Amino acid sequence: MTKGTLSRRGLLKAGAVTGAGLALPTIFTSPAAAFTNEPTGDSVTLGFNVPQSGPYADEGADQLRALELVAEHLNGGGDGGMMQTFSSQTLEGNGIMGKRVEFVTGDTATNTDRARASARSMIEKDGAVMITGGSSSGPAVAVQALCQDAGVIFMAGLTHANDTTGKDRRANGFRHFFNSYMSGAALAPILADQYGTDRKAYYLTADYNWGYTTEQAVQEATESKGWETVEKVLTPVGAGDFSSYITPVLQSGADTLVLVHYGGDMVNSLTNAVQFGLREAQANGRDFQIVVPLYSELMARGAGPNIKGIIGSQNWDWKLENQLGAKYTGTNAFVRSFGEKYGFPPSQAAHTVYCQVMLYADAVNRAGSFNPCAVVEALEGFEFDGLGNGPTLYRADDHQCFKDVVVVRGKENPENEFDLVEIIEVTPVEQVTYPHDHPQFAGGELGACNAGA
Amino acid sequence: MLGLTRKDFQLLLIVIGLTMFAPFLLNPFPETSALAQFNAGYPDLLQRFVIFSIFAIGFNILFGLTGYLSFGHAAFIGIGSYAGVWMMKLLTMNIIPAILVSILVAALVSLIIGYVSLRRSGIYFSILTLAFAQMCYALAYSVLTPITGGETGLQLRLNDPRILGESVTEAGNIPVPHLFGLETRDSLELALGNWVFTFNAGYYIAAVAMILAFYLAIRLFRSPFGIMLRAVKSNQQRMSYTGLNPKPYTLAAFVISGMYAGLAGGLMVAMDPLAGAERMLWTASGEVVLMTILGGAGTLIGPVLGAGVIKYFESIFSTINRTVLEGWFAFLPDGLENVVISMIYPFVGKGWHLTLGIMFMLVVIFLPGGLVEGGQRLGRLFRRRGKRDAAEGDPVKPAE
Repeated sequence: MTKGTLSRRGLLKAGAVTGAGLALPTIFTSPAAAFTNEPTGDSVTLGFNVPQSGPYADEGADQLRALELVAEHLNGGGDGGMMQTFSSQTLEGNGIMGKRVEFVTGDTATNTDRARASARSMIEKDGAVMITGGSSSGPAVAVQALCQDAGVIFMAGLTHANDTTGKDRRANGFRHFFNSYMSGAALAPILADQYGTDRKAYYLTADYNWGYTTEQAVQEATESKGWETVEKVLTPVGAGDFSSYITPVLQSGADTLVLVHYGGDMVNSLTNAVQFGLREAQANGRDFQIVVPLYSELMARGAGPNIKGIIGSQNWDWKLENQLGAKYTGTNAFVRSFGEKYGFPPSQAAHTVYCQVMLYADAVNRAGSFNPCAVVEALEGFEFDGLGNGPTLYRADDHQCFKDVVVVRGKENPENEFDLVEIIEVTPVEQVTYPHDHPQFAGGELGACNAGA
Repeated sequence: MLGLTRKDFQLLLIVIGLTMFAPFLLNPFPETSALAQFNAGYPDLLQRFVIFSIFAIGFNILFGLTGYLSFGHAAFIGIGSYAGVWMMKLLTMNIIPAILVSILVAALVSLIIGYVSLRRSGIYFSILTLAFAQMCYALAYSVLTPITGGETGLQLRLNDPRILGESVTEAGNIPVPHLFGLETRDSLELALGNWVFTFNAGYYIAAVAMILAFYLAIRLFRSPFGIMLRAVKSNQQRMSYTGLNPKPYTLAAFVISGMYAGLAGGLMVAMDPLAGAERMLWTASGEVVLMTILGGAGTLIGPVLGAGVIKYFESIFSTINRTVLEGWFAFLPDGLENVVISMIYPFVGKGWHLTLGIMFMLVVIFLPGGLVEGGQRLGRLFRRRGKRDAAEGDPVKPAE
């Protein structure tokens, strides 16, 4: 060790180090943009965060197809799809506000942590200004909260639980898909009509948030029509075999089974129920019936012939315009361009994300800015048509879309593997509208929009 | 220095250097190049690197030293996270109370689970811990929904009390986690030519915690207590015959590693204030086992390397989609391009698990000591070659 005598060389060194230290803060720049990930070049990046693995990988794959298609359409490729039928005509095929649309993809794996990690990487690494996609409510609610904190827009994909625009609503998040309440409200009159007003219902409910809200919605809606609830049983998620839950149903005195399951669980529980002869059974002097509140084409394909004659609700169906006329214009345009590109009709999961991206792009064009707060303002209370669901409102109070709900039934004699359900009726939007502070949606606040940095 | 031998101190310095300069080291490719895809220097992934390093270091104290293979360690990270979010909901958005409570609650729960599980060893112990973790997961996912938020996770709300802070910010939003006013989301950006380096406050907070955790682990490995733990691993019966009771040692190791997991859970919510039940799923427990074995069980730096490799694969390889591949191989003629892409595609994007699996198999088969053994072999190779060069060099020297 040398004693600390101050040499000329030492002094110079110390001086240089101090100088560098003082100069350091001036070369660091805090991000100076007006809002998070303000697009400055000639392109804008969107984040497509869909489940590519896990139980909803099929829905995710279909969403990704639709998202690639919508990016192509926005950039002027293809035949433009629903861009021509959309009531707002600000999109011209030159991207969004003249900026070319680019996208990054990620895997949510139907896992809140993975979904958030993937979304954060899109925002922090790739500079995404909007996140969309997702095929279940857990990740949707989680990513919505993340986007609110980070200051980007979240356009929810397939998420059906009330919570997304109920107790977990956020100012930066928007949902085009319908919800549990709407399913219940749409199904109840048709169930009463088809099966009578004095049915006794037995519920098998998936043991998580979506199951609880959907069970509550269907129960309240059907009880108001005169139905009775015999018993409600919670079933574990991903159980695989539901036979032990099905066995007690026939002895319970119920004559209707409501399966509040989705995805693989629904395929398995329905198959079990049919194998146990519930479809042919008689109870209380009537035919036993099964109801599945949330339907999807992909689930119908998985359940095969077991789906025949079973009633459920959907956000949209690809046959809508053909069967019910020009009110649902846009449907055919979308089905045509999707079919031409991929060779089969799109699912409702694909439709909802396609609409969401188109709505976002249009809102940016109308607002004249990518600033999330301007986009929120443009979307709030926005009324539009021509996206396949008929006239639709994006309500300002909770950022939920209000539109007609499709009630479908499994087809007895499907012509092909994409034509598994038939549309029984469309419940008009007035019947499924609820006040934004309805008890099933209480406890949430939008807060203020957040533009981030 | 600091009670460490020279070699351990060097190791600590290397870890400090790596973590402090990680934003530079992990962003080697310029923004505009096609290789920017492989950059890992963005806050979220950096935070994940150090947080999972802490988790793996803690796990290694139990598994690497005592040989007890816990298959339910993710339960503690999840419980720590829930405790942390509840502190942010009830008390304040300052991350210090949240992290401290996370550690304490995880310690308490690991004491209970450890007390029961450690009555057995070997495969029975593994299955017991797995069962406990799955119980915690099932409880959090559905039964305890009012406390844990269930499927949608536990989130902050505008109407939370937060008695020592504000419920709502002036702008009308939920306040963000901070350390005495320094928000964990805050970042400084340094643009040098085509490179942009991001220095994130949350990352450096987590990195300091990780360095402390690493230092503590070194001290633990070298202490008499650590030697007792190794004795448990080498032959527990012999230890009992010499009159020593191994139970308190294993239980202490279990609780310490549970506290490390709690710290990791607390830091996770400090960076991103949401706790989801999936954090406790058995796959998450399996992941930390993979990290430790991949890096090198029983070594100090191994778990850190393993955590880094797995998180890198999960975040970077999983985002390489078909469009990206098409961009890379656009220079090839069409037919060849399609062949190359269809050969690579199954291993990236959603197929990243496959790549990781192959790598894990190769490591376990050819490098049983993990990546650390790989490094040592490489080191020996070079040293030997260096010596040989020197030996061959000698006769050439003019003998004057």
